[in-house]
Amino acid sequence: MLTQYLFFFLSAVALISAVMVLLSKKPIHSVLYLTLTFFTLAGHYILLNAQFLAVVHIIVYAGAIMVLFLFTVMLLNLNIEGEFQKSTLMKFVAALAGGMIFLVLIGTLKSFDVSIVSNPEMTQIGLVKNLGKTLYSEYLMPFELSSILFLSAMVGAVMLGKKDKN
Amino acid sequence: MENTIAQIQVIPLQYYILFCSALFSIGVIGVLAKRNALVIFMSVELMLNSANLLLTAFSAYRNDPAGQIFVFFIMVVAAAEVAIGLALLVVVYRSTKTIDINALNRLKW
Repeated sequence: MLTQYLFFFLSAVALISAVMVLLSKKPIHSVLYLTLTFFTLAGHYILLNAQFLAVVHIIVYAGAIMVLFLFTVMLLNLNIEGEFQKSTLMKFVAALAGGMIFLVLIGTLKSFDVSIVSNPEMTQIGLVKNLGKTLYSEYLMPFELSSILFLSAMVGAVMLGKKDKN
Repeated sequence: MENTIAQIQVIPLQYYILFCSALFSIGVIGVLAKRNALVIFMSVELMLNSANLLLTAFSAYRNDPAGQIFVFFIMVVAAAEVAIGLALLVVVYRSTKTIDINALNRLKW
């Protein structure tokens, strides 16, 4: 029962803060609301007993990505209130299109019939030990390739961020 | 019989689909309705996260670790994407002195 209350609470906070990301005028408030959304999603991972993903999510999103966003906002001095807005018509059309996508995605629920195999509170696959066994046996090759991806991303970011000499 | 009892007690998988669809739609609305490139990046992150959560939910309910491995790789790619994207944003800001995406409409034709 407690799990259900926690689920509804986390979902409500996540949705409200996700809406606030769009509604807040200053970019820095958007970043902070986005961080709140990330923390509630980490709570969702813990509810699903995916402890490894919860920890990685907090480290990557709340640690690295939030810091990147905050540094960009603050170093470039972008925190100007309501600088540019789309017209009301465009916002209305965007909301309409997003609502349509929501309806279509919900429409798939009608023919949704998946058999639940395991109780997510009892399942053990999200633990570091079991996930690590899978990661280092079946998915060793993509795991090593992702390090090359990170290296190239780092080199690319440094190259783009460097000032031109001439 | 034991299986049905477990199904009644746990959160239905439909709730996760509803929640993740709502989060994804909010991300779509953000990409369509905003002109600030930084907020558009944040909306893309929202969409990625909703997909991640749904993959994890299905993986936990189906007892299949492959879903959670995929989520891990999506997080890896998202981190690299944000680093490159924000570097590009800095370059755009240096050349145009704004991050309004409408300033980039010279790329249109």
